[in-house]
Amino acid sequence: MDEALWGALLASTLRVSTPLIFCALAGLMSERSGVVDIGLEGKMLFAAFAAGATGAVYGSTTAALLAAMAVAVALSLMHGLACVSHRGDQVVSGVAINIIAAGMTVVLGIAWFAQGGQTPPVSAQVRIQPLFPEIAAAAQGIPIVGRFVGDGLLSHNAMVYLALTLVPSIWWLLFRTRFGLRLRAVGENPQMVDAAGVSVTRLRYTALALNGMLCGLAGSYLVLAQSASFSANMTAGRGFMALAALIFGRWHPVNALWACLLFGFLDAMAIRLQGVHLPGIGEVPVQAIQALPYILTVVLLAGFIGKAVAPQALGKPYLKER
Amino acid sequence: MNTSHALPRWADLVLLPIVCLGVALLVAAAVVAMVGQNPAEVIAVLIQGAFGSARGLSYTLYYTTTFIFTGLAVAVAFHGGLFNIGGEGQAIMGGLGTGLVALWFSATLPAWVMLPLMLLAGALFGLVWAAVPAYLQAYRGSHVVITTIMFNFIASTLLVYLLVNHLRPAGTMSVESVAFSESAKLPNMRTAMAWVGIDWPASPLNVSLFLALLAALAVYLYLWRTRGGYHLRAVGSSPGAAEYAGINSRHQIVIGMSISGALAGMVGMNEIAGVNGRLLLEFVSGAGFTGIAVALMGRNHPFGIILASILFGALFQGGAEVAFEVRGFSRDMVIMLQGFIVLFSGAMVYVIAPRLAWLLAFSNRVFHLRTQTPKSGAAHG
Repeated sequence: MDEALWGALLASTLRVSTPLIFCALAGLMSERSGVVDIGLEGKMLFAAFAAGATGAVYGSTTAALLAAMAVAVALSLMHGLACVSHRGDQVVSGVAINIIAAGMTVVLGIAWFAQGGQTPPVSAQVRIQPLFPEIAAAAQGIPIVGRFVGDGLLSHNAMVYLALTLVPSIWWLLFRTRFGLRLRAVGENPQMVDAAGVSVTRLRYTALALNGMLCGLAGSYLVLAQSASFSANMTAGRGFMALAALIFGRWHPVNALWACLLFGFLDAMAIRLQGVHLPGIGEVPVQAIQALPYILTVVLLAGFIGKAVAPQALGKPYLKER
Repeated sequence: MNTSHALPRWADLVLLPIVCLGVALLVAAAVVAMVGQNPAEVIAVLIQGAFGSARGLSYTLYYTTTFIFTGLAVAVAFHGGLFNIGGEGQAIMGGLGTGLVALWFSATLPAWVMLPLMLLAGALFGLVWAAVPAYLQAYRGSHVVITTIMFNFIASTLLVYLLVNHLRPAGTMSVESVAFSESAKLPNMRTAMAWVGIDWPASPLNVSLFLALLAALAVYLYLWRTRGGYHLRAVGSSPGAAEYAGINSRHQIVIGMSISGALAGMVGMNEIAGVNGRLLLEFVSGAGFTGIAVALMGRNHPFGIILASILFGALFQGGAEVAFEVRGFSRDMVIMLQGFIVLFSGAMVYVIAPRLAWLLAFSNRVFHLRTQTPKSGAAHG
């Protein structure tokens, strides 16, 4: 493969990975605090709808981002009401969020915009544009690595770089601050945190609020940066793929980033390999590459390539003893 | 909180599901009203569409059939303490198994061999697709919820791959196999009813409805009338105690999930053998997830599941009618309502139950105040 192709491949890998990164970090916050989050998909979908609807109606990027985050946070808090304040089943609650989002976004979309569930496209001003196109264009002139750096690394919009910088930020938050220590502790041993006089409920709600904001970013990226409008079920399983990446990354932000990049790379490759005959292998079916992230996650979870250890108290509701 | 206001048994079994359903309907009605529709009109059209004509009823029962299978699948796993979120994938694989044997043998074998073979293949494919995650949970420690989600995606990509690359006849655009021979088609209800002299309207409803009812009966008998069912329920309600009693919980995990997967796999008998007569994409289209709502509504009991399946069958059929008759309404309203039902009768049940118990206790007290001397000492007074 030549240099331009690698540049394009890197660029599309980063583009595809960005919502996965936001979403996997969202899942990380929640699951590290001990709350299972199957509802990533639904929250991202609803956030995408909110961003699309608000962006189209009010014509403001800020409003669209805020609306997306607000909707996703609201769904997260609903999850909290059911599973943190009360001992509702976390998986059932997540499934409910996914189904509600899949149905309600289309219902509202048809009622408000009458375009078969789509929102009208947001204008170019509302869309998030590449951050520094001049530097990207200039960098293409560099010999050998020009296309790689220019196209692959520098051609993106602010949200891509935000996702990449959030990874070390969240690593720092989780592993280098008191809040992070408590958050991780509440996912491992809530009794201990409670005995130390820190509120389990409050920590889990905080984690869920952060989770909602990150899901909001993931959803708004799909509408504001990737395609210009919301369409029915546009997340198409990305929330579950992010969940897989989170698990594949063993509930660690940096590992999860690599998993997201790997899954994004596979996705970018799947499109390019369609109908291509590889020497020695023949034609690789696209579906095999599409299924690979899920297969890898199953294999990892089964302990065949290393061991994924979930937070100890994951999925267990905490009941304060009285 | 919950123990201080324990619901009486009748309220827990009958009143609570109805109240949860009521809350879900109210919230959905609020959304309907918010988007400028009249909830009363929508419900009237929905009920008329689902039950108002023999044809509507027939469609309702056709949807019901699939939901009984997926609902039972979720319930059986649940009794073993497992959450089978993979009904979707198991149903896809079941349909694939049903379709594959039909494609291979339907030209040569007669119907009386073919149809049982298809049922067996469908159940077996679904069984295997659930048994692998079960094995991985029982012996490798990976959680069945995550694994079955992954298996859903793997199943749907596998079906796409097989249809696009191998089963689709060369030169056709639509992604579906050739039609099966006549021997692989399950009799339609209109045909079956004509045998006994009843004029039944034409609809997708076929005799797999009876298969679903038989499956419900079999699940009931297995869970509450056999040693195996007792073992499964023991593991589900108290793994520690079950282990002490000499029950191998690992075996029960694999057995419970296998039965669950086999039930989900039988969806193929309705959708593939009964209706389409060929293998195609999207024949499950969310029924696996509807099964979760059905099992929650039906309190994981086969009888409750049949009732809940009729409810959801009516919602899907009625919803289609409403989408046809009311402008600006789409069938996704039914998906949304389904989500609310999962939310309120599944996740939020512990939010609702104490309040319901408080209300019951309160109304009891008011009733007693009238007839007896007042009693004091209620903590929440």
